Amino acid sequence: MPERTKRTNLFSLFITFFKVGAFTIGGGYAMVPVIQREVIENHQWLDTEEFVELIAIAEMTPGPIAVNTATFVGYRTGGFLGSVMATLGVVLPSFSIILAIALFFPRLTSHPITQRLFYGIRPAVAALIGSAVFKLGKQILKTKFGFVIAIAVFLVQLLLGVPPIPTLLIAAVAGLLYQYVVEEKDHHKQPSKTGGK
Amino acid sequence: MAVFVKLFFTFFKIGAFTFGGGYAMLPLIQVEVIDTHGWLALNEFIEVIAIAEMTPGPVAINAATFIGYRTAVFFGALVATLGVVLPSFLIILIIVRLFTGLTKSPWTKGIFTGIKPAVIGLIGLALWRVGSVTLTDYKAVLIFLGALVLLLKGRLHPIPVLILAGLSGLLLT
Repeated sequence: MPERTKRTNLFSLFITFFKVGAFTIGGGYAMVPVIQREVIENHQWLDTEEFVELIAIAEMTPGPIAVNTATFVGYRTGGFLGSVMATLGVVLPSFSIILAIALFFPRLTSHPITQRLFYGIRPAVAALIGSAVFKLGKQILKTKFGFVIAIAVFLVQLLLGVPPIPTLLIAAVAGLLYQYVVEEKDHHKQPSKTGGK
Repeated sequence: MAVFVKLFFTFFKIGAFTFGGGYAMLPLIQVEVIDTHGWLALNEFIEVIAIAEMTPGPVAINAATFIGYRTAVFFGALVATLGVVLPSFLIILIIVRLFTGLTKSPWTKGIFTGIKPAVIGLIGLALWRVGSVTLTDYKAVLIFLGALVLLLKGRLHPIPVLILAGLSGLLLT
């Protein structure tokens, strides 16, 4: 690839992901359609099949989906430098906006009016978290096993104070065991088998 | 110096263990930032979530920048943001280069059969803890229920819901 094209590519990677970072409010899946339009339709950096694979990878790797996507697309189109530029682009808008807010409103809630505003906003934040539980729960908790894990994780943390990271690791092991048991059952499925559920 | 190292590693840990993004990271931030280090009070944390929802960009990055700035000004913000981004960046680089069939592996499938519902339980705990400090009187419970209905049944975007909730706060106090 000629030096010149590569440089334009790096720059347009940066600008594109800057736009993605600047225009998606709320984060997470709100970003998917914006990324789709920019990356597939406008620039043809990925085709639809690659994009679906990318979303699957972003879902199963930790961290913000926007960062995962930027790194992935950046690497595919511009190598290591491409991934750096795209990730920098997607992070910069939030970073600068939050910095400005923290700088100019050092004690946002000390003013009496903002205090009254936040009296209403705080329970709404609880509702946001509640709606995330409902929406994700509807999407994910499709088996008895899923329900048991979700409730067990909740109780184990609330009552025993087990921190999140060991809880997640135990859940991962439970998932592997469950998967193994289910597959074994499918393997040995015979008409005469007894004790199956 | 020590505070920068702590900020970096704390947010590195948060970045490395939040699957599902967004609200899935709240319980981890709660434990690390509020319980372990005491960098924010639970009430300030709730404000950070509201600000993060109303500004563009991933919630994780907004929270890292804000908490980093509160703790150690500009370089605090920089170090915390770098910390929260680096795990995803490195993991994706490794996956792109080495594991192309990762999404189809039965191991991944099994691990995520366990992790996905566990994340729901984690967010449920965040709801419990945020609810226990915010829902202290009947007016707050009314705002909570109203917001929940608008979000779930009305399918409203979080921003108008937060604005309406703020206005109700003005009217009710």
